[in-house]
Amino acid sequence: MTTEALVGLIFLPLLGACATVLPGRLATRAGVLAGLLPLPWLLVVVTLAVVQDPALFVELGGFAAPLGIRLFADPLAVLMLWMVAIIGGLAAVHAWFDFPPDSPAGQSFWPLWLLLTSAMNALFLSADLFNLYVCLELVTLTAIPLIALAGSKTSVRAAMRYLLLALLASLLYLLGIALLYNATGTLDLYLIRTALTAAPPAAVVTALALISLGLLLKGAVFPLHVWLPQAHASAPGPVSAVLSALVVKTAIYLLYRLWLWSVPAGTLAAEHALMLMALLGAGALLYGGVLALLQERLKLVIAYSTVAQLGYLLLILPMAATAAWPVAWQGGLYQLLSHGLAKAAMFLAAANILHALGSDRLSHLRRLDQRQPLSLFTLAVAGVSLMGLPPSGGFLAKWLLLEAAWRSGQWWLLAVLIAGSLLAAAYIFRILAASLGRDDPTEAQPVAASRSIPVIQDAAALLLALLALGTGFAAAPILQFIEAGAPAAWSTP
Amino acid sequence: MNPSAVIYLLTAAAVFGIGLYGLLQSRQILRQLLSINLMGGGIFLLLITLGGGADGRPDPVPQAMVLTGIVIAVSATAFALALLLRWHELSGSTELDADAIADAIADAVADAHDD
Repeated sequence: MTTEALVGLIFLPLLGACATVLPGRLATRAGVLAGLLPLPWLLVVVTLAVVQDPALFVELGGFAAPLGIRLFADPLAVLMLWMVAIIGGLAAVHAWFDFPPDSPAGQSFWPLWLLLTSAMNALFLSADLFNLYVCLELVTLTAIPLIALAGSKTSVRAAMRYLLLALLASLLYLLGIALLYNATGTLDLYLIRTALTAAPPAAVVTALALISLGLLLKGAVFPLHVWLPQAHASAPGPVSAVLSALVVKTAIYLLYRLWLWSVPAGTLAAEHALMLMALLGAGALLYGGVLALLQERLKLVIAYSTVAQLGYLLLILPMAATAAWPVAWQGGLYQLLSHGLAKAAMFLAAANILHALGSDRLSHLRRLDQRQPLSLFTLAVAGVSLMGLPPSGGFLAKWLLLEAAWRSGQWWLLAVLIAGSLLAAAYIFRILAASLGRDDPTEAQPVAASRSIPVIQDAAALLLALLALGTGFAAAPILQFIEAGAPAAWSTP
Repeated sequence: MNPSAVIYLLTAAAVFGIGLYGLLQSRQILRQLLSINLMGGGIFLLLITLGGGADGRPDPVPQAMVLTGIVIAVSATAFALALLLRWHELSGSTELDADAIADAIADAVADAHDD
């Protein structure tokens, strides 16, 4: 049963994608529904199995590793899969109206969307560095055409730049794998640990550096984020949501897997590597926050906010060697979850605003509370989670991170965390202030009334924002689940 | 590893290096794509050489990886070329950055007149 559910998570969207390109008016619609609707139900089965066994390996077709392909599920993987199901699902509901399945736009949109879903599910279930390479490529090659579907010059340029950098990143990753395989004789994420010794050869160090560099580039970690803001801001709304909430996080997820699962503690001066990545995270948090504050367009503010919020995910890394690790891990994963929900909600709301007003410039948002009250409410609720005000999920994440930084005595982290939250508050309040502005009586024309948008599109965005808020209330079971799968803390040398 | 492997390894490094140089030095998207393909070729050669095996029996895993890698490289290149054609249609340019700033200003002006 569990095996079927795991395989279904990968193959149902894949088969759905094949169905969508068949001729016939109903084929696309049927493919989309068959590919997406069963996913949450399959996930329930997988979740129950993982609660029983927090390190679930399934050998496909009965072939053992290294020849066969193993699927692996643990709480981290299940959390990511749920994010794909929920965020991807609600974004798909939103996309249903902009890309109706029987329209030409829908014909090109839905196959890519289903393939992207399938690729992300496969990525989170893979246990082998080469399979992960294939999945990363699939994610890249399906996400980028989705950006270009917006059709504007800006979006095609952003897609092209993203593609060139993503291909470079993939090659760095592949080169790293080649060296690592030669040095260790295995590509299994969970067997590499045993093959690495305390003093590995230079080839392994180079390999880990190359793989990490590739992943940092794909994960848009400061200062390698240059491709992200335009790409995320110029994509169609639901695509922006999935890119920011899920796609960039695939790379961060792999960094976690590589450094916290595959590399044994005390090797390669890995502490220094983790500290370096945390410093990049701190840079991202501050730089992204300041840049978000300077943007004139709503979608660009949200995109730069992604650059900043990704920083939190790297900040937890150096705490792997301290006693505060379990708290830091919970905080990091909670940030992953709540940021995904809040950011997807904001991008969907921004898409609604852009659609209704024909512009997303902050200076055009005046009187938004009268023109698009639900969108504004969504932005505000998601914003509460992003800046970390109670009782949202974002608050809990940042609280746990602060507690971990406090307990491990990393004072500089405390300062960075607080500065990051203040910057987030500043750019969110800037959006709200612009939206609540009134017409200037001296100006000749008041702002135009807005076009109406389907209420379901509003509802999808609002539901995501409420989920981001709700993760703050229903935290206990989720935190317990996360803790069961925390990678072992590194003993301090 | 047999001695002739050194030649292959050096070739792989050279091909990768030429590709990297081309990618960083050129502003033409088509050249950048060719450079990326060269870098990929270098990595494939490295994989095959390292999987050569000391006793003359090659390790099948790197060969399988190279086959998969070639398939991915072909599809990625095909998509990139299609995207490049679209970019050329829209902008009339074969480079990315030539008129980025001018475009941004034009966008902003068009947007300001929108409503």
